[in-house]
Amino acid sequence: MKYLTNVVTLELIPERCTGCGRCLEVCPREVFGKNGKTVRIVDRDLCIECGACMMNCSFNAIRVNAGVGCAAAIINGLIKGGEPECGCGGNDASDASCC
Amino acid sequence: MSSPGECCENVELIDLRFVNTTAGRVPVVPADWSRRDRLGRLKCRLFNSYRMSYTVEPGIYALGSPDGRSPVLVTANYKLSFDLLRRELAGFNAWIVVLDTRGINVWCAAGKGTFGTDELIRRICSTHLSEIVEHRRIILPQLGAPGVRAHKVREQTEFSVSYGPVYARDLPAYLDSGCIATAKMRRTQFGFKERLELTPMEIFPALKGFLIFLAAVFVVFGLQPEGILFRSAWGSGLPIAVLGLAALLTGTLLTPLLLPWIPFRSFALKGFLLGELATALLTFPAGTEAVRSIYLIAFSLVFFPAAGSYLALQFTGSTSFTGISGVKKELKIALPLYIAAAAASLILLILYKLQEWGIL
Repeated sequence: MKYLTNVVTLELIPERCTGCGRCLEVCPREVFGKNGKTVRIVDRDLCIECGACMMNCSFNAIRVNAGVGCAAAIINGLIKGGEPECGCGGNDASDASCC
Repeated sequence: MSSPGECCENVELIDLRFVNTTAGRVPVVPADWSRRDRLGRLKCRLFNSYRMSYTVEPGIYALGSPDGRSPVLVTANYKLSFDLLRRELAGFNAWIVVLDTRGINVWCAAGKGTFGTDELIRRICSTHLSEIVEHRRIILPQLGAPGVRAHKVREQTEFSVSYGPVYARDLPAYLDSGCIATAKMRRTQFGFKERLELTPMEIFPALKGFLIFLAAVFVVFGLQPEGILFRSAWGSGLPIAVLGLAALLTGTLLTPLLLPWIPFRSFALKGFLLGELATALLTFPAGTEAVRSIYLIAFSLVFFPAAGSYLALQFTGSTSFTGISGVKKELKIALPLYIAAAAASLILLILYKLQEWGIL
């Protein structure tokens, strides 16, 4: 299943990519593919912006505005005026509604 | 580590046996599930409060009879995550390192950073893992990757991180193949069964809101110039309560279950479409006599699909294929529409009441 098209913020900086393939290993959506010695984005719209590739790229070749794709978390963030926060874990676990 | 008997929740988990290592005694856990483990899983799926406190003590555990060459697997301290891992590892000798994720599953905790680089490094040190095993490799669930910088872990602990499969059920094949994950093991799945398992967590919280809705229906439809009349609340309110329940179920149950087959990619649109369909189907053939005011029909066709749409949008938090940019885009368009729908609904209700009282 695919979500909305043309919204994903994932970016790959080819000059920094060494083709180590760590992003292929961590991506749960098969967004990346090998392009000879380096990596390329095969289907950007598949990306769920979890940030696993960016976190694990030791060459800083990947950029994405990572976060949780959860409406409740984003609404919570809007109400409380901070970052999206789904409420599970932490101190306010009692009103948790997701994950 | 609490000693057995000290903590009620974890008592059955520990086999009351220990493996002696150079770093001290490590508790042994069985691979099989007890009746209590199975009941615990069911309760987690049904009760939010139970799920939020279903934890296991962070630290290191032994499964089977591990030695210095046995693999090390890392997981979250949500007991269900831990249980799934140990069940799938039946027949293996392994070490299980449990991170303190405050009782949250691996994927959500990784998103929050509690299943993260710092906690992993801390736990490797506090469990004296380098004294327990001879090798320097740890296996993390792939869905923990959003929280962990593998290269930082290696820099600071010498342990290199291998990301295992997404699902614990693929672990035996992964371990047997010398830690090679196939492409299929790396993909998340979100089939009918997975979606069904997650729907109670949508339905139950929504039912709380439904009770408030019922109270409001009782007051609005019972309200007459002479006071709140039960007969009037029952007569006109019941069809509206039924429509409300239908909207709740379209948003929290039908939309998640039928997700791939409902047109549009937007969850808000999917929920709206099903909500409108359900409302129209229930209003026109059966309810024409009960819902006979044009204002009330208009109210139903505006309010209930909007409610269904809002509830369907909440399911974005449970799926494995929605991203934050997409959900933000949906909310940017949908939230003003929800507010407009709520305002329009209120006006239509007032018009209905005025009509009912013969003022209009």
